[in-house]
Amino acid sequence: MKILLSCWLVLLSLAAEAAIESYPFSDQQTRERFQSITQELRCPKCQNQNIADSNAEIAQDLRKKVFQMLERGRSDQEIYAYMTERYGDFVLYQPPVEQRTWALWFAPVAILLLGLLTVVWISRVRSRAASSDQSLAEAEQQRLNRLLEQDQDR
Amino acid sequence: MRKVLLFLPLAVFIVLAVVLWRGLSLDPRELPSALLDKPFPAFTLGALHDGKVLLTEKSLPKQPMLINVWATWCPACRQEHPYLMRLAREADTPLIGLNYKDDRDAALAWLKQLGNPYQFTIFDGEGMLGLDLGVYGAPETYLVDAEGVIRHRHVGVVTPEVWAELKQKINQLN
Repeated sequence: MKILLSCWLVLLSLAAEAAIESYPFSDQQTRERFQSITQELRCPKCQNQNIADSNAEIAQDLRKKVFQMLERGRSDQEIYAYMTERYGDFVLYQPPVEQRTWALWFAPVAILLLGLLTVVWISRVRSRAASSDQSLAEAEQQRLNRLLEQDQDR
Repeated sequence: MRKVLLFLPLAVFIVLAVVLWRGLSLDPRELPSALLDKPFPAFTLGALHDGKVLLTEKSLPKQPMLINVWATWCPACRQEHPYLMRLAREADTPLIGLNYKDDRDAALAWLKQLGNPYQFTIFDGEGMLGLDLGVYGAPETYLVDAEGVIRHRHVGVVTPEVWAELKQKINQLN
């Protein structure tokens, strides 16, 4: 347990060290906004990292830009718009909901619903089959009884 | 009906296989430029050869051109340089350099040593024009038409194959 905990702590400290430069934020709120924005922006060069996480040159530049825009009092939306104008929707980890991205946003829900429907359908078919099995068994039972009676009559 | 349903898993598998197979040959690093069919971003930057000469988007030639983003810290730029020299000699499309986040002296020494294929070179030491263009690495090459509209972006080394594609697009512009 202790080993697990220390491993976890080491991992945490790695993540904290990934972005090294420090910016002189004017207040705590701006710092938090900076952190959440840089975590939502994807690095165009090292594509599976956000720009908070990456040390690629371009990620450093983008962080600097985000910092400058925040200090100039730009809103989060303005910063996201600035980035998409230059790098496309690609830089957003949460792409906008529009006709082009409907499949992306709604396909998981649709597939889940389809799965649920299939489960319901299969269980219905099964229970119907089970109940019809029983009625068949009853008919057979009657026939069996009849046959047995006939047998006794002889 | 029952029999058709039996083939449903197979159909799903085939569709998935085709989609995933296609996905294998897609290059996730090929990002389309967000500036495609938009005007080249406005800028005011010094020329590489003389920082006092200010260049703007109006300094660009009034004909289709290639704007090549390069830097001395970029190994692939060195690899592409001889071919750019050849294009400068043989093709009649002007080549404009955009020296991106570089050291001026190192860039000048590079051009002196390897030759200068560019009509002129914009010096973007801070990388701010690069940011406006959506550059995320060098080399990148932009095809800009006579009206200053970005028509194509190529990320990576310009090779004869890439040039053939660019040439085709330039011919479509004329």
